Amino acid sequence: MSRLVVKNLTKIFSLGFFSKRRIEAVKNVSFEVKEKEIVSLVGESGSGKTTTAKMILRLLPPTSGEIYFEGKDIWKDIKDRESLVEFRRKVHAVFQDPFASYNPFYPVERTLWQAISLLENKPSNKKEALELIKESLFRVGIDPKDVLGKYPHQISGGQKQRIMIARCWILRPLLIVADEPTSMIDASSRGGIIKLLEELREEQGTSIIFITHDLGLAYYVSDNIFVMKNGEIVERGHPDKVVLEPTHEYTKLLVGSIPKLYRKLEDL
Amino acid sequence: MKEILLKAENVRAYYKLEKVSVKAVDGLSFEILEDEVIGVVGESGCGKTTLSNVIFMNMVKPLTLVDGKIFLRVNGEFVELSSMTRDEVKRKFWGKEITIIPQAAMNALMPTIRMEKYVRHLAESHGIDEEELLEKARRRFEEVGLDPLWIKRYPFELSGGMRQRAVIAIATILNPSLLIADEPTSALDVVNQKVLLKVLMQMKRQGIVKSIIFITHDIATVRQIADRMIIMYAGKIVEFAPVESLLEKPLHPYTQGLFNSVLTPEPEVKKRGITSIPGAPPNLINPPSGCRFHPRCPHAMDVCKEKEPPLTEIEPGRRVACWLYMEERA
Repeated sequence: MSRLVVKNLTKIFSLGFFSKRRIEAVKNVSFEVKEKEIVSLVGESGSGKTTTAKMILRLLPPTSGEIYFEGKDIWKDIKDRESLVEFRRKVHAVFQDPFASYNPFYPVERTLWQAISLLENKPSNKKEALELIKESLFRVGIDPKDVLGKYPHQISGGQKQRIMIARCWILRPLLIVADEPTSMIDASSRGGIIKLLEELREEQGTSIIFITHDLGLAYYVSDNIFVMKNGEIVERGHPDKVVLEPTHEYTKLLVGSIPKLYRKLEDL
Repeated sequence: MKEILLKAENVRAYYKLEKVSVKAVDGLSFEILEDEVIGVVGESGCGKTTLSNVIFMNMVKPLTLVDGKIFLRVNGEFVELSSMTRDEVKRKFWGKEITIIPQAAMNALMPTIRMEKYVRHLAESHGIDEEELLEKARRRFEEVGLDPLWIKRYPFELSGGMRQRAVIAIATILNPSLLIADEPTSALDVVNQKVLLKVLMQMKRQGIVKSIIFITHDIATVRQIADRMIIMYAGKIVEFAPVESLLEKPLHPYTQGLFNSVLTPEPEVKKRGITSIPGAPPNLINPPSGCRFHPRCPHAMDVCKEKEPPLTEIEPGRRVACWLYMEERA
């Protein structure tokens, strides 16, 4: 069964008070994400990939089109607070900037306590909850005593991003939307973040949508790639097909311009 | 055999603060040949930008040259840059022999000054005829793929990639022998990155510049144009080798870790998998004893904690600073 179905999704932003200027940020986008599947929306800035992600996360209403999560239309069938909390529990976001995901006035574990308060079967007491937090930190390769009680400025960017993934271990969401999760951390810790997300998929069957401009990342992690350009999906398919035999002009240009490690660009 | 263009001997440059020093460049020795592109690769904070400042003697407090010598070949003879003051090097060699495209070069131009003003200023400070230099600048603009008439424009009228090429055109107008490019591609999209690499290679082919030092954290980009690569970690050179042999078989554990964290859309990368180096780069105020990589190194031995491995040539042209390879030789 498909976990997420996006059908003819369109978002038009209107600008101006008297003479309306219309910007079609997302045009007629359709795709599916199956259980345990990792897909990537790839595109440059302004291609509409983040707008698409916001609509899937139910942060921005679409102009037209439908989004079905577990068979329910998330913009029509979620009406009360209860079902919204349930949606938030099942769909989780990991954002680009781990620095902006934390409130600088509170210790970092606050974000994990918030996750616990979203749980359906909450731990019966504070001690149990703390155990759960510690366990989730171990899962993402952090020693709890390194971060518990610390404030966001006292830990590194890589640690911040790992704690966001520790949230996922507490909530066990069905779908993770990861918007450029590795773009603000050092290359040497990037591999670790990707591995954590892959483990989550293996052990809990989580589906993941990567929103990225990095075709190398998309090629490496995904089962399916959707290349976006000016709000439309211009190419889709298995990573090997999209990267090694691109058909659309834009994908060809993109793949041809990316510097490779094992071969030289010919026309320099 | 190519001639040596620039030579650094045991260079140490520290940021001297009130109580402590940040040892950003600590005992580097290397040489750059004529007609060569050298890639300097490392993560943020490994001292690669400091190295570029050291090469052209841009010592602004608190950065201080503590030890070591830097020689540049000018008209067939070595001049010791490290014995001169910043002002002296600036007056004699900047622009003429050494030039730099700084990090974020696209923001290096004042938005309210027409670009030709920079050329006029350059002509004035070097005592060259203004019109002659402007004519040369127009030709150079054309060579980097810009309309020559745009030199009369304000920088804000150009896109980021164009502004960067304008900076390159102006920086190389006096045909310097050495061009230092500090992270020139990191703020550009992939299509503009490729244009920039093309411009740099074309300048080298035409003999406008003899050698290029390309400083970056992006191995896949520098690999496209470099002949040899310097890998830096925590203020030290850990490996220095020709690009092809380095890619085929990286020797230093840090180089191996760095290469294995690169993600490019290639089948080899998928087969190889991706690894990460545990931990974080050290604080350069008080770096680890012995080999600075030992706390993160999967092969660390007792000797690594105690003694610093020297950068040693273990095969012709291949230098590495790691005890793993010293033992094999002994």
